[in-house]
Amino acid sequence: MTDITLQIDGKEATVPAGTTVLKAAQQIGVAIPTLCHHEKLEDYGGCRLCLVEVESRGRTNYVVSCLYPVEHGLVVRTRSEKVDKVRRVIIEELMAHAPDAPELVRLAYEYGADRNRFEKDASFCILCGLCVRYCDEVKQKHAVGFIDNGHAREISFIPEIAAQECWCCQECFAICPTSYAQAAYLMTEALAFPGRRRKEIAPRDAAVDRLAKIPAVPMTFVKRPPASKPEMTN
Amino acid sequence: MPRLQTTAELETLRAEILAARDPAKPCIAVCGGAACDGLDSAVVATALAAELKNQGVESKVDFRVTGCHGYCNKGPNVLVGPGDICYFEVKPEDVPEVVASAAKGEVVDRLVYRDPVSGEKAVHMSEVPFYKHQMRILTGDIPRIDPTRIDDYIAVGGYGALAKALSKMSSDQVLQEVKKANLRGRGGGGFPAGLKWETTKNAPEKTKYVIVNGHEGESAAFMDRAMLTGNPHKVLEGLIIGAYAIGAQQGYIYTRHDSPSMAKHITAALEQAKELGLLGKNILGSGFDFEVELHFDVGIFVSGESSALMRSIEGNAPEPRPKYIRTSVSGIWDKPSNLNNVETWANVPEIINRGADWFTSIGSEKSKGTKLVSLSGHVVNSGVVEVPMGTPLRTIVFDIGGGVPGGKLPKAIHFGGAMGGSVPISMIDAPLDFDGMSKLGAPIGAGGLLVMDEDTDMVEIARYLLDFLVKESCGKCVPCREGMYQMLKILTNIVEGRGRKFDLERLADLTEVTSLGSLCALGKTSSDPLKSMLRYFKPEFEARIAAGSEAK
Repeated sequence: MTDITLQIDGKEATVPAGTTVLKAAQQIGVAIPTLCHHEKLEDYGGCRLCLVEVESRGRTNYVVSCLYPVEHGLVVRTRSEKVDKVRRVIIEELMAHAPDAPELVRLAYEYGADRNRFEKDASFCILCGLCVRYCDEVKQKHAVGFIDNGHAREISFIPEIAAQECWCCQECFAICPTSYAQAAYLMTEALAFPGRRRKEIAPRDAAVDRLAKIPAVPMTFVKRPPASKPEMTN
Repeated sequence: MPRLQTTAELETLRAEILAARDPAKPCIAVCGGAACDGLDSAVVATALAAELKNQGVESKVDFRVTGCHGYCNKGPNVLVGPGDICYFEVKPEDVPEVVASAAKGEVVDRLVYRDPVSGEKAVHMSEVPFYKHQMRILTGDIPRIDPTRIDDYIAVGGYGALAKALSKMSSDQVLQEVKKANLRGRGGGGFPAGLKWETTKNAPEKTKYVIVNGHEGESAAFMDRAMLTGNPHKVLEGLIIGAYAIGAQQGYIYTRHDSPSMAKHITAALEQAKELGLLGKNILGSGFDFEVELHFDVGIFVSGESSALMRSIEGNAPEPRPKYIRTSVSGIWDKPSNLNNVETWANVPEIINRGADWFTSIGSEKSKGTKLVSLSGHVVNSGVVEVPMGTPLRTIVFDIGGGVPGGKLPKAIHFGGAMGGSVPISMIDAPLDFDGMSKLGAPIGAGGLLVMDEDTDMVEIARYLLDFLVKESCGKCVPCREGMYQMLKILTNIVEGRGRKFDLERLADLTEVTSLGSLCALGKTSSDPLKSMLRYFKPEFEARIAAGSEAK
């Protein structure tokens, strides 16, 4: 494969053809923020935070660096007034859903985003799709997926699969930027298979073994929480 | 019917069909298009068939149910040939009179068009103002064709262009002709079809696909449906010619799942074309093989976006894919795939038949040929209109559309459906073409033209269009999903009198980021209507916000 030389923020980078601008930037130590990118997963281009300004054959364009393949002589600017504005507004839009997610709080500080700019709709999920894609591509279990479209889109664990697979994995909890994957899983468990997961799955360690011996609490004795949504902090 | 082996056999078949028909024999054509169907044209058609028997004139008068004639708000439409006598708003009780006069070659005076102002009569299609100012190259045959019968299409010269292309032209010559005609994609962007074909043709992969985009999910757009339902063979003929030029072996017609008559007509067209050997192996003895499959959408607007459409054909969820590599190089299953809109394909047989020079003689400097327009809104005459590119909007709104009803003044013209734009009526002399309209901020898009009268609330229109788009976004990328949702929230607040003074600044930020950052064309253009409204009607927004804060 031929090597391609391009310029990112004034620094020269030489990478194999087919590399994305994001990877090239990472290789020469230029940081570009991302929320939906993960090195183990297929490039997705959903959060649009990694948008950069590229100049090629005299034309300036705005592209997402996680998907845009490098070209000879490409000039990339990872920060500009417009790029920063796009990132700021995207962060503000996402903070309407997850105002306290640590990654968003950090980015908001960097880009001067106002967490209260847009009307709140605390769903806690920013739909980056990391859990869905990780479960599909790496674990190949398909236990969590997207349902519905547009603004109604949400992630949802599929009870039949989750009851079998999730207890001994839960790796998506760690990659979730807002802890919502965990919340969604526990909700599914509580609604669809309370207590059942332990019987069917071989326990991972002694602690799990001990837990498995405790009889499940019958649903009728569980005191219902108050109707209002509990406050959740990350 | 036996398979046609050569182009000569096709001509023989055409001669046989024409010989069996007497051009002087009266023929009653009832419109079965979507609007007329909604006005119970099927009842009129049943009554007509029964009445022909009743009066014993079955052998003397022909009868057929056709696709959309075009004049939708005057339905059910009935056309009596020869001479194209137009009857409007025909009711079942009018049927005996229509049949009797058709048999005698007379005209039912009370059913013909009368000018609403002068009361002047117009009997023939060429005299009715709605039709008079049009140039119906693509739609003209629809009233002469029963879309479920290939014979009718062959009788009007159908598949002649395919025969010409296969027997007299090389695939390169076909491509050159389309390039020379400067046929631009009718789906919205106006990208030259010939260049797109060439990219797919030159792509190294051997397996190539051609696709008809018959999705048409936009609000206020109904001309592709009229075209594909009323004359499916014309679109199919264009597709086969395109496949021949490009070197594709497989075609897809991608369309809506919720139009049963369209599905029926396309399925019938595919079957009949196959039976005659116009599809399949060795078409008309040329050695060219081509198959076509019908594919339905899953009921979401974004399925009409090219990369989402191709994902859908693959059997995946219709989520757009970034197009840093074009679909004409890497489309369905990563094979080169050429996608064109229904109307674009329908133009191809005409270009091959009559030549690129004829085609370029119609239209404006940079936009050639005719354009189908879905005319609706606050306008006296609504329906499917076909005019040469470059026709001033005034001709469409006033001469064809008959102006605004109720003596009101027009306020704005909205073009291009939910992702189009609105321009104030002061720009009514602007010509209808790709570049001119985009400059005004109301790109032609698919071609839905909505007239709005003086009482129209522009803020509410912007809110309504966004409400539609929010539901149709796939939800994959943030600027489209969240940006549109926040715009909708802000506009809803303004409409309901809860607007705040920094709302306009927030809207400006949202529109800018959504159009810059979104993944596909739906997101990128979703804020266009709002942008155009803020450009031309900003004072209305400001007034609504001010009124809202005063009321508090």
